Amino acid sequence: MGQTTHRSAAIRDGLGVGLAVGLSGLAFGAAAITAGLGVAQACVLSLLAFTGASQFALAGAVGAGGDLVAAAAGALLLGGRNTLYGLRLADLLRVRGPRRLLAAQGVIDETTAVTLAQPSPEAARTAFVTTFTSLYVTWNLTTLAGALGTSFLGDPGMLGLDAVGPATFLAILWPRLAGSAQLRWLAVAGAAVALCATPFFPPGVPVLLSAVVVLAVLVR
Amino acid sequence: MTLWWAIAAVCAGCYVLKLAGLAAPRRVLDHPRVRRFAELVPVALLAALIAVQMFTEHGELHFDPARAAGLGAAVVALLLRAPFLVILATAATVTALVRVFIG
Repeated sequence: MGQTTHRSAAIRDGLGVGLAVGLSGLAFGAAAITAGLGVAQACVLSLLAFTGASQFALAGAVGAGGDLVAAAAGALLLGGRNTLYGLRLADLLRVRGPRRLLAAQGVIDETTAVTLAQPSPEAARTAFVTTFTSLYVTWNLTTLAGALGTSFLGDPGMLGLDAVGPATFLAILWPRLAGSAQLRWLAVAGAAVALCATPFFPPGVPVLLSAVVVLAVLVR
Repeated sequence: MTLWWAIAAVCAGCYVLKLAGLAAPRRVLDHPRVRRFAELVPVALLAALIAVQMFTEHGELHFDPARAAGLGAAVVALLLRAPFLVILATAATVTALVRVFIG
């Protein structure tokens, strides 16, 4: 394949993933309002934090009436994986100065997956820009739509929207669990630690404690 | 800490975490412990989040049959390789339906 074909394939991949995944901003908007955040708060998170799992985690912990420091810490721990994505992408993107400051906002699960799947550095850069742009625009528009829609609905529990957060996490987790027995064991142990800790700690803290299981696996 | 401060902290922190990766020296990634930790932490945290949101309420263990049915439906949708939004819609619909019938 020539360079042009690589790049148009990269644009197609990027737009496809960006638009499809961006639609789940609807779910975040709905989950945020269900948890008690305002429409503006949901939109600021999508505009500035722009990393789905952390946003859902903060909303979920707030909804559970959790301690805000623990809620924010949980969201940031989840955001830590973007640092590792950035390490992987730095060589490919080769951005400096103001462009690096802009590109950083786009370093998330989906852009990394599409970018690393490309056959050449040029196609990778095209894929990154396309995925980031289409996902950013869609995610923010659908967050607004989901938040406004839900705030007009009244009781979100009647629509089963409280199940959307856990289902989202499960869908993110699923491909990793499918490939590894060790990760399945880790997931079960993490869930068990969080549930056992729940009666004894303020909400938000049990989720953080599950990270202790990771240390146990690493030390082993 | 008010909710807006928590949101500001998460927004600023998430951005700094992303930028740190792009700006860090190359050799950091070559450390196997760092790679391993990055792979494992999200798995434990996401599983814990699912458990806490499914089976606790206001800091106590609590079983909600409607929500459990919704997550069960999501598992079926995942096994059938349904698209992301279909999985979420299935979970919400089943939860809502069970709630209507059980009350």
